[in-house]
Amino acid sequence: MRIEGIPASPGYAEGPLFDLDRPPAAYDVKASAAEEKEALKAATGKAVSRLAAMIETADGDAAGILEFHIAMLEDDALSAPAFAAIGSGEPADAAWRQALDAEIAGYEASDQDYFRARAADLRDIRDQVLRALSENSETAPPPGAIFYGSDIAPTRFLETDWSRGGGIALEAGSTASHVAMLARSRGVPMVVGLGALADRRAGNALLDAEHGGIVFSPSPAELEDFRQSSSSFAARQGQAQTFLTQPAATKAGTFVRVQVNIAYPSDVDGIDIATCDGVGLMRTEFLFGKALPDEQTQYQAYRKVLEWAGEKPVTIRTVDAGGDKPIPGFTVEETNPFLGLRGIRLSLARSDIFRVQIRALLRAAVHGNLKVMFPMIAIAEEYAQAAALFAEEQAALASRGVAHKLPPLGIMVEVPSVAVAPEAFADVAFFSIGSNDLTQYVMAAARDNAAVAHLNSARHPAVLRLIASVAAFGREKGIPVSLCGDAGGDPAAIPALIEAGLRDLSVAPAQLAMAKAAIADVPV
Amino acid sequence: MSASAEATVLITHEVGLHARPSVKFTKLAKSFAAEVEVAVAANGPWFDAKSIVKVMAAKAPKGTVLHIRARGDGAEQAVGALVDLVQRDFDEDTDHARSA
Repeated sequence: MRIEGIPASPGYAEGPLFDLDRPPAAYDVKASAAEEKEALKAATGKAVSRLAAMIETADGDAAGILEFHIAMLEDDALSAPAFAAIGSGEPADAAWRQALDAEIAGYEASDQDYFRARAADLRDIRDQVLRALSENSETAPPPGAIFYGSDIAPTRFLETDWSRGGGIALEAGSTASHVAMLARSRGVPMVVGLGALADRRAGNALLDAEHGGIVFSPSPAELEDFRQSSSSFAARQGQAQTFLTQPAATKAGTFVRVQVNIAYPSDVDGIDIATCDGVGLMRTEFLFGKALPDEQTQYQAYRKVLEWAGEKPVTIRTVDAGGDKPIPGFTVEETNPFLGLRGIRLSLARSDIFRVQIRALLRAAVHGNLKVMFPMIAIAEEYAQAAALFAEEQAALASRGVAHKLPPLGIMVEVPSVAVAPEAFADVAFFSIGSNDLTQYVMAAARDNAAVAHLNSARHPAVLRLIASVAAFGREKGIPVSLCGDAGGDPAAIPALIEAGLRDLSVAPAQLAMAKAAIADVPV
Repeated sequence: MSASAEATVLITHEVGLHARPSVKFTKLAKSFAAEVEVAVAANGPWFDAKSIVKVMAAKAPKGTVLHIRARGDGAEQAVGALVDLVQRDFDEDTDHARSA
């Protein structure tokens, strides 16, 4: 039986279903304190070995955090109060939770931002062990599983080994969610908006994330059909690979720059720099993860990508927190976060945190061809204030004799006020159109809401007209204009974007080949 | 006769004796047989330098004068090595072109 949904990351997957919404196993209270202690020891050991496995694939910054978690878990001082509580009759889960909550409260009470932020690490450590305590081996997803359920957490995506296939099928979800973005950049097939599935299912399923659908309990005919489509998709992808190493050009020979979007410094490890024209968007909010990264961590992350890119440009976007990307200790809770304190608004409101990022960027700039852009700019004053902070921090670094460089400063075009009246921004170094947010604001359709997904199209004439007008303004004033939203990597949207006058697109690494192949088909 | 040593060192690392530095700090402390303790004030409280939980609990930010003391085999070497690690900014700041 086939159920239709919306493709969020193209591809095909065939494998066992894994129910994301199965109720978490309850902790089984043991018969004696000795067994409770054994259970806690085993769970801590399990958490440590999982972290150790994650370190294998993590880059320097993430690995540093994981090492910290391991060191904490291996320190008897952390678990001693829990073991004492078990001795006086508590079950292991309650004892561990109480011990860690007491420790967390100590961090939260600190008057130093940095130590307060570590409370998030402690909570993570607490939950890893609680999870290990209450799970039995059969709740682990089998290799190559198709994860299905109402939604999926980014951490679940990140901790899954996708090298053995598998995919994601969501009842709700959105093509613009962070997991969808991650899935596209890693080439993991994903379908969203399948609607509520009446009953839980098991067994094998077929995920068609090219057209958007999932087949439960496939018949032999459905299976054969699926395998044909799957191999045809693989063949087309293979063909697209021949475009990968070539500069992108349309049928008429118009060159189009194709850059990549990345979220983690380690993303560049799997990309050959010869296949792209630089990094059109390096997100920095993932770097912020569960806690605020210090200047040196940020500097190392930016420097790694700049050195990888060599002379090619790397456009780093200052932290775009808020909206659907909360960061504990930084973002605020709002009833309507997409219209609230997010992006540059939040950075300007929390300039203590913003200045750390600015210093890291100024210092990293000497290691390559850096450009910096600000997200969610609505009025020219925001750009002026952000640029002034760069100038202040630059002067401070200069007076301390620290090596640095002021990069060109540009803005994201994603708030309609900028797209409608770009003339207020004639002095910015460049424009980068964020089509995901521009579309959601123009169409008044939240990008994380499957119920309005049909409205959320960057190909709507209203959105395309704004893109064309920004491109025209840029040409007139000699200001470079690029686009870094998902539309840039969507073969169905690429012709319209090029017709709108864009000659610079930034796409997920996994979409490079298909995007270049699609560009080659455009007549302009 | 039991050896003992004590020293102070200024923490210059940007965010202090934080997560990654304290991983390095406690690892190094554990490589010595001597009992090693740290404090953020001369009169304590003293924290076990081999326990990351305790070292983090000392909450020593940049600019803290860290007190380190050790007792037992290799006490002198332990204090010397830990002071050195703090002075090297925990080897995290390898390319920071900061002039005096």
